[in-house]
Amino acid sequence: MSEQNNKKNAVEVENLYVEYHSGGQVVKAVNGISFTLEKGHTLGLVGETGAGKTSTALALMRLLPDRVSHMRCGVIRLKGDNIMELPESHMNLMRGSIISMIFQDPMTALNPIMTVGDQILEALKIHNAEGLSKEQLNRKVDEALELVGIPASRKNDYPLQFSGGMKQRVVIAIALACSPDILIADEPTTALDVTIQAQVLALIDVLKQRLGMSMIMISHDLGVVVKTCDDVGIMYAGELVEYGSVEQIYGDGPHHPYTQGLFGAIPNIRSKSRRLTSIEGLMPDPTDLPKGCKFSPRCAKCMEICRVTAPGEWEQDGHRIKCHLYGGYTE
Amino acid sequence: MSVEVTPVVETVDLKKYYKTKKGDLHAVDGINLKIYRGQTLGVVGESGCGKSTLGRTIIGLHKPTAGQILFQGRDISRMKRKKDGLCTKMSMIFQDPYASLNPRMCVADLIADPMRINHLYGSRQEQYQRVEELMDIVGLARRVAGAYPHELDGGRRQRIGIARALAVDPEFIVCDEPVSALDVSIQAQILNLLMDLQDELGLTYLFVTHNLSVVKHISDQIMVTYLGRCVEMGSSDQIFENPCHPYTKALLSALPEVSLEARNKKVELLKGEIGNPINPKPGCRFASRCPHCTEACLAGDLDPREVEPGHQVSCLLYE
Repeated sequence: MSEQNNKKNAVEVENLYVEYHSGGQVVKAVNGISFTLEKGHTLGLVGETGAGKTSTALALMRLLPDRVSHMRCGVIRLKGDNIMELPESHMNLMRGSIISMIFQDPMTALNPIMTVGDQILEALKIHNAEGLSKEQLNRKVDEALELVGIPASRKNDYPLQFSGGMKQRVVIAIALACSPDILIADEPTTALDVTIQAQVLALIDVLKQRLGMSMIMISHDLGVVVKTCDDVGIMYAGELVEYGSVEQIYGDGPHHPYTQGLFGAIPNIRSKSRRLTSIEGLMPDPTDLPKGCKFSPRCAKCMEICRVTAPGEWEQDGHRIKCHLYGGYTE
Repeated sequence: MSVEVTPVVETVDLKKYYKTKKGDLHAVDGINLKIYRGQTLGVVGESGCGKSTLGRTIIGLHKPTAGQILFQGRDISRMKRKKDGLCTKMSMIFQDPYASLNPRMCVADLIADPMRINHLYGSRQEQYQRVEELMDIVGLARRVAGAYPHELDGGRRQRIGIARALAVDPEFIVCDEPVSALDVSIQAQILNLLMDLQDELGLTYLFVTHNLSVVKHISDQIMVTYLGRCVEMGSSDQIFENPCHPYTKALLSALPEVSLEARNKKVELLKGEIGNPINPKPGCRFASRCPHCTEACLAGDLDPREVEPGHQVSCLLYE
């Protein structure tokens, strides 16, 4: 691994495939995505349910269940280490200290019969390489809670005694307890109210700056992504259909028809029209993906070729679009 | 507006308190609203502000503690719903299409259920004919009639929920966060469907949601609630173009906008979280988080005052 690579990119993913096997069927959740996350940057992964966002995140954490899932991939490098080759014991140590994750639903991500202090302590104990004493660890728990704006006096409370926003802060405290370099936030604010969402996003932003983390933000909310991310990947049926900087994705340049549809479907408080432009149809069945372009059955601009061959990638200044409209090479 | 128009639904000083060990929980605390035929009132607020309780109390799932609910001019708050045939005049679309459908019933039975309970059709054949009609109306393919909810995606499940609500031919529907569990592209489909149904069937909606941009699209009137009380009410344009109450302003500021300009916009963060609804102190409920709070705000409950025709605000800033 070159030293240079190590410094610049926090995450490199090349050609990641995730499949789930169940009942003789193969569910193709992630179909060959590649991206890099620069150190200190935030990458937003946007898509609807079933687009493969969470599968991608779990693959990065190597948390996919072995029994039913199957990961095929060139490489996943976290800070230069190819985690595909690491033994499970080593990976265990990386989770939490190198890469950590904020889970989607704070109501279910916490253990209801453990105090929040113990839940933070649990993470600290596992990564206690320096051999800190019990007292020192307890002090770290207090610090972790105060970092997210919860008074340390509440560490002996149970999750049910906290509101939704507070629970999400606890989940963030657990994720950050061991100062990870890479943070994956899987829809961290979806379950929260808008004013609390604004607070949590501001908190994540402050902590990201302070701890110098790189972040992958998974969201379906294009408003949250534009506020927090530097780069954006739009996912559809397990593929990155469009990838670029925030300016490229939200700007007026060329776009994938799905991206356009997604932007049209959001109710905009500035718009006057009452009807929304919805994308007709549904996400394709991941056990039976369409031939050619996966978006073609729902695409308004679908052409003959779209149904037959999968589009290649068009690229300009790092802005990548997988669509025949832009005449990318075909695979 | 002519004099004889009676609102479809009207509440007068409606209150719903829950008894808890620590005292009364004021979920709905003196709400006055009027919804006219074919119109939509959007109720916005954060979790715990009593918006779902309001919807559920109006429809009769909870008994009000005090106040009146008038349905087409008749006080229904003390009526026995079933005997008065109200069950077939109002219905509800529930929030979570994953939890609100019985997993052991197939789609056709789920939709037929409200008709069966209310003995609407004599024979099963008539019932299932109506089920098929409803499936067409809400855009469910007839081939899924025998499917079970777990086989369907969220958008389709919510269509079942809508078909169930329509099964009794209601005039008034309470929509309790009907799209919050759905993806944006599906959300747009369901919102369009609800608006089309309103135009075709002349339905009246009470639309409860926490999503401001959704409420703007679907509502004629908007009520912003905070801890059981209405802080601001007005037409959709009035609320969005001229928000007056500090809470409404904070909500609008916190709303993540989908544009590059919004990237650098400073959000006015509210401090703290929503207060405790158990035995609230008199005065403005928002005072503890309000940047403009003065002593006078804590003196007593505020009555809404009109800042422009049809636009009411409960705030001392607008004396």
